[in-house]
Amino acid sequence: MDMNEIKEIFFQECEEQLAELESGLLKLNDGDRDPETVNAVFRAVHSIKGGAGAFGLDDLVSFAHVFETTLDCVRSNRLEPNQEVLKVMLRSADVLADLTNAARDGGSVDEARSRQLIKELEALANGEVPQAAAEPAPKAAPPAAAAPVPPVNEEGFQPVAFSFEEFETGEEPAIDLPTYEILFRPKSDLYAKGNDATLLLRDLSRLGEMSIHCDMDGLPALDRMNPEAAYFAWKISLKTDKVEEAIRSVFEFAEWDCELEVMLADDQAQAHEELPMQPVPFDLSMLDEEPRASVEEEDRTVAGERDIRELAGSAAEATSNVVQMTPSAARVPAESGRSAASAAAQSAASQQAASAATPTIRVDLDRVDRLINLVGELVINQAMLSQSVIENDTNGTSSINMGLEELQQLTREIQDSVMAIRAQPVKPVFQRMSRIVREIADMTGKSVRLVTEGENTEVDKTVIDKLAEPLTHMIRNAVDHGLETPEKRIAAGKNPEGTVRLTAKHRSGRIVIELADDGAGINREKVRQKAIDNDLIAADANLSDEEIDNLIFHAGFSTADKISDISGRGVGMDVVKRSIQALGGRINISSKPGQGSVFTMSLPLTLAVLDGMVVTVANQTLVVPLTAIVETLQPEASAIHSFGANQRLISIRNSFCPLVDVGRILNFRATQANPVDGVALLVESEGGGQRALMVDAIQGQRQVVIKSLEANYTHVPGIAAATILGDGRVALILDVDAIVAASRGQALKPEMSLAAAG
Amino acid sequence: MKKRVLTVDDSRTIRNMLLVTLNNAGFETIQAEDGVEGLEKLEDANPDVIVTDINMPRLDGFGFIEGVRRNDRYRAVPILVLTTESDAEKKNRARQAGATGWIVKPFDPTKLIDAIERVTA
Amino acid sequence: MTYAAKNLTTGGRELIAFRVGDQEFCVNIMSVREIRGWTPATPMPHAPAYVLGVINLRGAVLPIIDFSARLGMKPAEPTVRHVIIVAQVKSQVVGLLVDAVSDILTVSDSDIQPTPDIASDFERSFARGVLAIEGRMICLVELDSVFPHEEREAA
Repeated sequence: MDMNEIKEIFFQECEEQLAELESGLLKLNDGDRDPETVNAVFRAVHSIKGGAGAFGLDDLVSFAHVFETTLDCVRSNRLEPNQEVLKVMLRSADVLADLTNAARDGGSVDEARSRQLIKELEALANGEVPQAAAEPAPKAAPPAAAAPVPPVNEEGFQPVAFSFEEFETGEEPAIDLPTYEILFRPKSDLYAKGNDATLLLRDLSRLGEMSIHCDMDGLPALDRMNPEAAYFAWKISLKTDKVEEAIRSVFEFAEWDCELEVMLADDQAQAHEELPMQPVPFDLSMLDEEPRASVEEEDRTVAGERDIRELAGSAAEATSNVVQMTPSAARVPAESGRSAASAAAQSAASQQAASAATPTIRVDLDRVDRLINLVGELVINQAMLSQSVIENDTNGTSSINMGLEELQQLTREIQDSVMAIRAQPVKPVFQRMSRIVREIADMTGKSVRLVTEGENTEVDKTVIDKLAEPLTHMIRNAVDHGLETPEKRIAAGKNPEGTVRLTAKHRSGRIVIELADDGAGINREKVRQKAIDNDLIAADANLSDEEIDNLIFHAGFSTADKISDISGRGVGMDVVKRSIQALGGRINISSKPGQGSVFTMSLPLTLAVLDGMVVTVANQTLVVPLTAIVETLQPEASAIHSFGANQRLISIRNSFCPLVDVGRILNFRATQANPVDGVALLVESEGGGQRALMVDAIQGQRQVVIKSLEANYTHVPGIAAATILGDGRVALILDVDAIVAASRGQALKPEMSLAAAG
Repeated sequence: MKKRVLTVDDSRTIRNMLLVTLNNAGFETIQAEDGVEGLEKLEDANPDVIVTDINMPRLDGFGFIEGVRRNDRYRAVPILVLTTESDAEKKNRARQAGATGWIVKPFDPTKLIDAIERVTA
Repeated sequence: MTYAAKNLTTGGRELIAFRVGDQEFCVNIMSVREIRGWTPATPMPHAPAYVLGVINLRGAVLPIIDFSARLGMKPAEPTVRHVIIVAQVKSQVVGLLVDAVSDILTVSDSDIQPTPDIASDFERSFARGVLAIEGRMICLVELDSVFPHEEREAA
């Protein structure tokens, strides 16, 4: 592992921390006051800062630092995380995400925005009451600490300019070096905290030439000795070219747990008084700048060290020998026994907690994809093998057939398991949406609350990746067009804060994502008029409410009075619909005036396989996605009714449904087939309404591996993708919605494909 | 014999940095993700020195240090606190909990190794 | 581009020559992935007449182009004796249905003559030049223009 890999890990971790941060802040926003939530939020920012510091990402560090400081106020109950505070924090989380992305991918961030937020965060940390959201944060002079915080100095101390060169210039090394007299008297705490007088003396010896005297006067009589206590003191003369600070720094960790006196030997003090030495307050932060004398192991006085080791070693030995003899020692094991027991209890409890989380591994996505491809091949090969065995096996050897059946089952299981590897919760996409909601809410001056449910619903990663864009459009649409302004909502007797609810769940082998708003609902009159104006429907068309609602999915349809920045041009619901369709999904809307709209998307769990019905049309084998089919019918002559020149309807339980000749539409044959000779597949199409697709025969149902046509060719109108059947031949998968649309008189045009459009 | 270092940090980034730095410096590294895991791994790790973060879920650095100091066998093991939390109050708390010393982030390999050398024989 | 580098030093290039009807064509051997026998293709709706359909090439869907029809000549009636030249241009792979592969040629750049003026724009768009080999005329094919792109379909 090298630093680049660790950096990659850092950015991955940042993403997780940012998600953690956002979800924590949203919980706080919902009134959660669990200290652990606050801690988790704090920790997320803290971790990002820590890693960023290690990689010298200063922008990220300084912003995270300010953010952390404010969060610390919340953590220590000095700042109440009310809605206004959280608004600032959520926006800060967005900026932190931007800064992280900029650090990873290059590029810049909105600096004015981050500066503004730094000010707001600092104001909060300083106990200033947040202003109403619309007003800019007070321009009041920022507090002293507001100057860009250098990432290294976190103590908040004012660093003291201090140059060592001044002391060293003019001083001939090794000639007439100053001698320091050091008194070092450890307290028992020094040992209790794992420090060791021996090691301190060793480090001290590396600074120069030293002689040492151990003062054992404090050692009591054996029967009064506490084995945990410290009785020795050391007087050290150190001849060194280093300054007093270097000597003190050796005792940095022990400083509080010992008596320490460092002074220049008398005869030299006089000479040194003339040096421009200022009394410098002992400041730990300065140690970072201290030259590392102790590193130079070669320079140390080897002999001196040995002496000290022997001396200190024997002293330590003496102490430990004494331990065995003292009566009070008996108390120690008893005490530690108790604490060991409590530690054991603690560890048992934590083990329980740990077992709840299943271990995971990180795998390169390429490896998974390769596996998925291979399994796809396996499925095809298995099907081909079965088919050729059946064709060649006239006497039906049952052992071979049984083996084949088992193979088929195993193959299917392997396939399912492999697909499950790619399955991931929709959580990250949902979390991204909360930022979108905040931004749109800010831009439109609306007050919006996003509620998410079913975040842990899993779906193929490819689907998740492609879901973000249409979902973003829909959320924007819901806030921009769906929800009313707070004033209008109050007038309508509603909560001024609108709610957008984003839900995911599994339903019959698909994932269903719902986006509901409690806004005004679709204005059907307006939509209808617009559709008439745009020649989408005839002025006297008789449309159901559902059909009117679904008009918004038509290309170029926008009901907003003016084109807003948010929904933008060309980002209509038609684009959303096409993206969803490109994923093999469907979308529809239901709306109640005054109560809001619900968009429902149903998507396949994976883009790699599909359950299909294999059919024959004009001697060609086609696959119809099973999810599109409502039922299959064997048409009777009496149920077929001609309608106009070319149209035919089929009556099903007293309703009439248009017949669609698939072979004609795909141009596989020149004349219409006789419906009575074929089978009708009743399909449900987007935008409501059913159609009966005429095919010649049904071969069976099969799970097929989806193969791209676009990879080597181009999008084919009316065809969603291809697959390879058991006989090794390519079969085309029907794009049911495109076929139905074509049957409405719209030609199968290449520009209908998303691939062509984008 | 390689010196054994138990590192306790919830950040994967920092854990990996510690691992790389310590391994390059010839230490054997045992990792734990938080205080609870740190205490769990203490016996197996049998560390010569412990490097721990303060801010961690489940059991923070203070609690972890106290836990180690309560353990009869490991109460004298040097513990270095590796954290950005370096204000006097935090240092004080770490000391009271029984920390041997500290290393102030941002993470610097030389500082880390120096500090470890300082508290180990 | 190791091959380009080789060209510079030797001035030579290898071409695969094939026959369609009574004419000979050739393509750069570096574009050819493999040559295989004819297998029935699955027809595609609304495809241009020269796209015979798609076949399964070890799990990938490979469109098959009737080279003769593509050049506006008589459409092929594929038999088992026909061959498919699997060729790659950029990231796409396409199968060209031809009568037979006739030769592998090593030529230098100076052997390639510019396409004669008499050819129409249509022919010129496919031809990068012509070669005279042992009294035969072989047309060097610009593979990219043979590929079925959407804008060409629309035209």
